[in-house]
Amino acid sequence: MEIFEIVTYFVLLALLSTAIRVVTTSNVIHAAISLVFTLALTAILFLMLSTEFVALVLVLVYIGAVIVLFLFGIMITRAPLGKNAELDNDKNKKLGAAIAGSIFLLFSYILINGFDGDVTITSGSSTELLGEILLSRFVFPFELVSFVLLAALIGGITLARKDEALIDEDQV
Amino acid sequence: MIVQPVLVVAAALFSLGIYGILVRRNAVMVLLSIELILNSVNINFIMFDTMLADTLMQGQIFTIFIITIAAAEVGIGLAIVLMLFRNRQTANINEFDLMKW
Repeated sequence: MEIFEIVTYFVLLALLSTAIRVVTTSNVIHAAISLVFTLALTAILFLMLSTEFVALVLVLVYIGAVIVLFLFGIMITRAPLGKNAELDNDKNKKLGAAIAGSIFLLFSYILINGFDGDVTITSGSSTELLGEILLSRFVFPFELVSFVLLAALIGGITLARKDEALIDEDQV
Repeated sequence: MIVQPVLVVAAALFSLGIYGILVRRNAVMVLLSIELILNSVNINFIMFDTMLADTLMQGQIFTIFIITIAAAEVGIGLAIVLMLFRNRQTANINEFDLMKW
């Protein structure tokens, strides 16, 4: 149990440091890679909380797909690779730090005062039960979310592709 | 596992995401910060799900839904950024001031 606590604090500290690196680094690729580490550490935290299915979904969807999309976005919008002093808006830095700091203080005050306790981690898989609940009680939101994904797919294609009709009009 | 440190780290991730949204100039970096915020919400959901030992596992189910919606949001967001880049040749959000008066 002692080692478990130490590992937990190590994971939390690493999570915090990689998240700070995501928002402070002046290199766009480094920010994306730091987000990979943040998400991987989150998955480790989920595994330690014995929610292994969510951890695997996080790894598959975020690290597998979303980060690749981000790297595509960085490459396509020709963000200057390497160090870029223009990446941050220096005028907003003080204000942003003040707002973020006050939000952090407020949230942590509420959370520390509101919730206390020790979680006992049960061993064993809960994925089978999760699947049963997802496809029985939560089947309507499940189907709705698949519809949202379809709409996002069509919307993304429509937004990102060049409009052939408009190009033809310009040429005429 | 003690609850409070995890919750405080989740709050820190949330505020770091807010900081990133306010400070970053590149639109793709703003989307990265939004991912940080969603991630902190996921951590909170999972922590409370384990803490309350809910028999319906609603925390985990909501986390899966959030991950799905986040994937859709990134797809649409990057498509919009791509279109703005195609029209303006830049991805800096302080130059998108068409609707500002």
